[in-house]
Amino acid sequence: MTDSTALYDIPGPRTRQRHRLYGILATVAIAALVGWIVYLLFETGQFTAAKWTPFEYKGIQELLLQGLGNTLKAFGYAAVFSLLLGGILATGRLSEHRAVRWVATLLVEFFRAMPVLVMIFFIFVALKVQPLPALVAGLTLYNGSVLAEVFRTGVNTVDRGQREAAYALGMRKTQVMTWVLVPQAVRAMLPAIISQLVVALKDTSLGYLITYEEFLHAGKLIASNLDYDLPFIPVVMVIAPIYIGLCMLLSWFANWVAKRQRRSPKTEGATVAPAEPGTLLPGGPPGT
Amino acid sequence: MDVLTDNISLYWQGFLGTVELTFYSSVLALVLGFLIAACRVSPVGSLRVFGTVWVTVLRNTPLTLLFFAVVLGLPRFGIVLPFELFAILALGCYTSAFICEALRSGINTVPKGQGEAARSLGMSFGQTLHTVVLPQAFRSVIPPIGSTLIALAKNSAIAGAFSVTELLGTYKTLSELGYNIIWTFVWIAVGYLIITLSISALFNVLEKRYGVAR
Repeated sequence: MTDSTALYDIPGPRTRQRHRLYGILATVAIAALVGWIVYLLFETGQFTAAKWTPFEYKGIQELLLQGLGNTLKAFGYAAVFSLLLGGILATGRLSEHRAVRWVATLLVEFFRAMPVLVMIFFIFVALKVQPLPALVAGLTLYNGSVLAEVFRTGVNTVDRGQREAAYALGMRKTQVMTWVLVPQAVRAMLPAIISQLVVALKDTSLGYLITYEEFLHAGKLIASNLDYDLPFIPVVMVIAPIYIGLCMLLSWFANWVAKRQRRSPKTEGATVAPAEPGTLLPGGPPGT
Repeated sequence: MDVLTDNISLYWQGFLGTVELTFYSSVLALVLGFLIAACRVSPVGSLRVFGTVWVTVLRNTPLTLLFFAVVLGLPRFGIVLPFELFAILALGCYTSAFICEALRSGINTVPKGQGEAARSLGMSFGQTLHTVVLPQAFRSVIPPIGSTLIALAKNSAIAGAFSVTELLGTYKTLSELGYNIIWTFVWIAVGYLIITLSISALFNVLEKRYGVAR
């Protein structure tokens, strides 16, 4: 990473010594900051038994698990419907009919410009929908229109020759799309699609604000309990790592897919053995 | 339609609240993002680790959870601030991770040869940075920073649910007053559109003036 930037030369011995000094100073400063936070935690009694006992009870563990389950449920629905809506809107934007194209463009631009929470509240308050469908609908509208743009760029970045070749073979537009363009587009855009799903996963926590009983909501129930001395910080310390872990897992998956693609035969050019005499395969590989 | 004309001051207050929140959080996010980006490209290992941890954690934290931790959790430390400041803190820190990544990718788009050429001309580190690398990096980061700040403006809606005066929060008062809820939301939507479109217009101007297709 650092050696790829154009910022500085390979350091000499004196500079390296200076850097070591800076490194020690920075480490001390960061350690002091962390130490101060830990001190604050102890000072304000965040590790007292009363604040941590709730996590020993089975009922509370089940409450948390149920919340996590509800979060994942909302995420699952939102992911599936967003992908569907994204596909539909992208098809609309790529349509040959001007009216369809305009409607799709309008929808995509509008839903991308609106805060997700405003849409969720609108569906929940004004249309009086239950929390789960309201949350899923809001997330679907937003992420679906973002995904539509991802799909569209994907289709547009597929090499033009692919489309021309497919038409030359006598395929119809639908066939060109489903057999040639979309598979390549999805493959190229898979990391971007998964990253958008991370956004959807993160945004499921908005359900907390419309009383959907998801993970954060369960946490809030425990945190505001007087019997356990209002364990807000312990709850954050339990819930945050799980949320962050889930999102990081998905982000890591996106990165993994992206990395895998970078060394895919399509971009790297696989070495194909030249056809030996007598094989039925036509010709050698072009341009390897 | 009456909703707007009857309650113009309420809407105006909410609108101003959102604008203020967006502005101050943007400033915080830009400053923090710049510092963290500096950490991430610095030659000092421990600062790089700090920057990486900051970005990774904040990028993968749901903003609602961050608001929950800051607005409801920090007071347990004895830190009691007005809700607006808490909201600015949460939004600013969250967005700083994205700003940092935008800046860093901007620095990475500058070809390595540019820095090498500058150094071979005998320029010092400071000169290389401020006459050669940063001007080029700055140009390529205008669009991503613009979209990050638009996302920030949209995310500020969450603050309304944590008792900060802002645009989305106005719906509560208006629905208690018995106004047509659909029209209430239409005007809230218009307010957000005005804010996000202004930001994108501003960044279009910036890009036209300073951005260069390389």
